Amino acid sequence: MNINLNVELVEQGTTLHLVLSGEIDAYTAPKLKEELLPLTKRAGASIIVDLENVNYMDSTGLGVFISALKSTKEHGSELKLVQLQDRVRRLFEITSLDSIISIDSTVRGGN
Amino acid sequence: MERFDFVEMKVPAKPEFVGVARLSTSGVASRMGFSYEDIEDLKVAISEAITNATTHAYKNEEEGEVTIGFGVYHNRLEIMVADHGGSFNLAKVKEGIGPYRQSESIEQLREGGFGLFLIDALMDKVEIKNEYGVIVLMTKYLHTNEVGLDDDQISATQ
Repeated sequence: MNINLNVELVEQGTTLHLVLSGEIDAYTAPKLKEELLPLTKRAGASIIVDLENVNYMDSTGLGVFISALKSTKEHGSELKLVQLQDRVRRLFEITSLDSIISIDSTVRGGN
Repeated sequence: MERFDFVEMKVPAKPEFVGVARLSTSGVASRMGFSYEDIEDLKVAISEAITNATTHAYKNEEEGEVTIGFGVYHNRLEIMVADHGGSFNLAKVKEGIGPYRQSESIEQLREGGFGLFLIDALMDKVEIKNEYGVIVLMTKYLHTNEVGLDDDQISATQ
C-alpha cells in the first residue's frame, strides 16, 4: 500500500498529461499543487490529470483541483480529470464539484 | 451498560500522520466487518477530522497532538478525534460548509471547507464539541443482515 503520491508529467505539444499514483491527502496535496499550478499558467495548455492509480483522495485534493481550475480561467488553459476510480469520483459528486470541473465520464472500478 | 472495546492512539498534529491514522482506522473497521465502501467512507471521515485538527488547532504552535479514540461496539464504530489547541472558531467553520452551489462563481469558490461537509455526508452521526479544544465524535453503523437470534431464519417445513 502506497500512502505517498507520485507525480509524472508527460508533455505532448500543448497537451500536458499529469499522471498521478498513490494517495492525495493533507500531506501529499501540497506536492500536487506545486506540480499542477505552474502548468495551468501556460496559456493554451490542455492539462489532463490521470487519476487511474489514485486510490484515495479527500477534501485536500478537491481544494487543489479547485485552485487549479481557477488558475486555468485566469490564464486561458484547460483542465480535465480522467480515469477516476469510483470512490474518487464520488467525492466530486457529493460536493457537486462535478458540475464545474471537467471529468471524464468513463466508468471504471477501483483496484 | 453497553459493552465495547476501546482503542486509543495519539499522533503528532502533523499532516504526515494523517495517512497513518487512516491505515489504523481501516484496520479497526476491517476487523469489525465493515464493507469495502464503508471502510472507504471511514477513511475519508477520519482524515478530514485529523486534517482539521492539524490545520486549525495548532496554527501557532510547533508541537501538538491529536488523540483518536475508537469505540468498537457490536453494531457500530464510534470515532472520537480530539485536539487540545482550542483556537478553532466553530461558528466560522460551520458557516463555510456545504456542497458547491451553482450560484457560486468559480472565482469565489472556496478551496477549503469541504472537510466537515464530507464527514457529515459519509458518517451516520456527527457531533462536534468545542469546549476544551475541539472534539469530533462520529458514528458509523455496521449494516449487516440483522437477523436476531430469536428470529426464524429459514422455515424448514417440508
